[in-house]
Amino acid sequence: MRQITMAEAINEALREEMRKDPNMFILGEEIGLRGGAFTCTKGLMEEFPGRVLDTPISESAIAGAAYGAALTGTKAVAEFMFSDFSFIAMDQIINSAAKSRYMFGGQATIPVVFRMSSGSGRQQAAQHSQSLEVLYAHIPGLKVIMPSTPYDAKGLLKAAINDYNPVVFLEPRVLYFKKGEVPEQEYTIPIGKGDIKRSGEDVTVVATGVMVERSLAVAEKLGREGISVEVIDPRTIRPLDTELIVASVKKTGRLIVVHEAPRTYGMAGEIIALVMEQAFDYLNAPPQRVAGHDVPIPYNRNLERLAIPLEEDIEAAVRKSLKYAF
Amino acid sequence: MDVTTSLSKEQLTKMYYDMWIIRNFEENLLDLYQKNLAYGGMHVSVGEEAIAVGACANLKREDTIVTSHRGHGHCIAKGADLKGMMAELLARKDGLCKGKGGSQHIVDMSVGVLGAQGIVGAGCGIAVGSALSFKIRGQKNVCVNFFGDGAANTGSFHESLNMAALYSLPVVFICENNGYAVSTSFARSTKIDKISVRAGSYGMPGVTIDGNNIFEVYKTVGEAVERARQGDGPTLIEAVTYRWYGHYVGDPCTYRPPGELERWKEKDPILFLEKYLLANKLCRQEEIDGLKAAAGKAIAEALDYALASPEPEPADLFTDVYFEK
Repeated sequence: MRQITMAEAINEALREEMRKDPNMFILGEEIGLRGGAFTCTKGLMEEFPGRVLDTPISESAIAGAAYGAALTGTKAVAEFMFSDFSFIAMDQIINSAAKSRYMFGGQATIPVVFRMSSGSGRQQAAQHSQSLEVLYAHIPGLKVIMPSTPYDAKGLLKAAINDYNPVVFLEPRVLYFKKGEVPEQEYTIPIGKGDIKRSGEDVTVVATGVMVERSLAVAEKLGREGISVEVIDPRTIRPLDTELIVASVKKTGRLIVVHEAPRTYGMAGEIIALVMEQAFDYLNAPPQRVAGHDVPIPYNRNLERLAIPLEEDIEAAVRKSLKYAF
Repeated sequence: MDVTTSLSKEQLTKMYYDMWIIRNFEENLLDLYQKNLAYGGMHVSVGEEAIAVGACANLKREDTIVTSHRGHGHCIAKGADLKGMMAELLARKDGLCKGKGGSQHIVDMSVGVLGAQGIVGAGCGIAVGSALSFKIRGQKNVCVNFFGDGAANTGSFHESLNMAALYSLPVVFICENNGYAVSTSFARSTKIDKISVRAGSYGMPGVTIDGNNIFEVYKTVGEAVERARQGDGPTLIEAVTYRWYGHYVGDPCTYRPPGELERWKEKDPILFLEKYLLANKLCRQEEIDGLKAAAGKAIAEALDYALASPEPEPADLFTDVYFEK
């Protein structure tokens, strides 16, 4: 199968959907003439004149305009160059988009996607490196997606555009230019379905974003020692594929959740709570959180590297889990 | 052209009637609030009716409005279902929002009411979105955005006006300057005398008008709507007015200087039109009384409907969080 980057996969998803829907539009800073800070919208302005809007640096108006258009039935995709910038737009994302179907008594459908690059790894320090998936996932009315491969990015973005609910779509920035298999023919991936990235019997590792490839590398290494690690990528943070995770834990009896975002009040806490509620009797070891430290992301390359889980952290957690005896 | 002569008697009496509908609706609400049948955050626009009615008289059904926390009048003037509105204010199941939105989230998509907004200034961005949608679809429609003087100091206002002008979008921004943002007077929040001068810095026309003179509102908004429809972009209109009842229902209004309310009551926008209709012999006193009575009856019927509507079921708590195919 052909290999393309995540940025190219996102570009294709947007292109295919804009070809299908003559009213769909995209807007954001630098997305038109420049083709996007990370090239995700390259060439789209030429193909879809009038429907690819370069905006001023006005995150609040970008989100408001995307939401307002969606409210009147026009599909909109807004890009935030860095998820950190979406704080300025949060009023529209959370107070307007997320709540309006409910507070309008079902009178509204909101086909809007808020795309944003996410995470650390490029030495851009505390205001350009955050992982905000849980902030958004905490809000009823929003769907939150974080792909880890080009294939997932394309299929999930196409599903998000056609979902008719507001979706926050977080794209791990360091994965934009990594290649992966993406078929030529069209496909979508259902929102809310996780993916078993590697099957295993001994330990379940649930990981998102950049942590998926790190977990897979650990699974590969431990596999050579005869330790069988199952790696699950929920892909959708909300709604979460609880069923898939619980079934895996029932099989392995061990759970480790890995994410880049800070540990405290994080996704791992939520997933572990769900497993405790639904599969407590199947556990052979205490579930563990392997997460980012509770610090802003620092500039220094080595400090930045140490701020989020490393492969050795994941490996240590797996070994600890296997050693545990009730 | 003198706007007063361009309006037919039918149009003028409709405007007069609509203003009474709004006033009756809101004064009934004050009573219902006292009785605890309506509750929560409630902001009435009594004294400001000419802006809602004068502006919306220029709109077609397919045009849209986005309004603020003080939006009952705008929704009514745009044609929102009165019974559904009253039921919503009473938090009933047959309310426009099924009793889950209330005063600050009134919506009626069927007539282009895209929603009242509880967040000051948020509506400006949403209006830009509606206008963008019209432009992309090639529709010759307009979005009117109503907000207060408080909103004019939010980032959303500035970002949205710039963007609307930049893309030449069909929006009419109507700032109802009623002198206070909650209890902070306009002079204590804003260095300039007129909000309309801000329009120039975004490259759009801006004008300040007497918001209690329905003819001035109708004419100014009409020109702005026409400009927008022709693809010539947005306008900022500052309509100076006054809210009789304070920021929220129950506001003791201790921040108002003595005599201020009384002075504004003399400029009652409904009385203004009534005097015009009588003085120009367009209506006899009996007709005036008949219109008032008809408005009162319509509100009484809406209230009956609302009171007969059940409370939402507990299971309704969980519906409409997400759209499900």
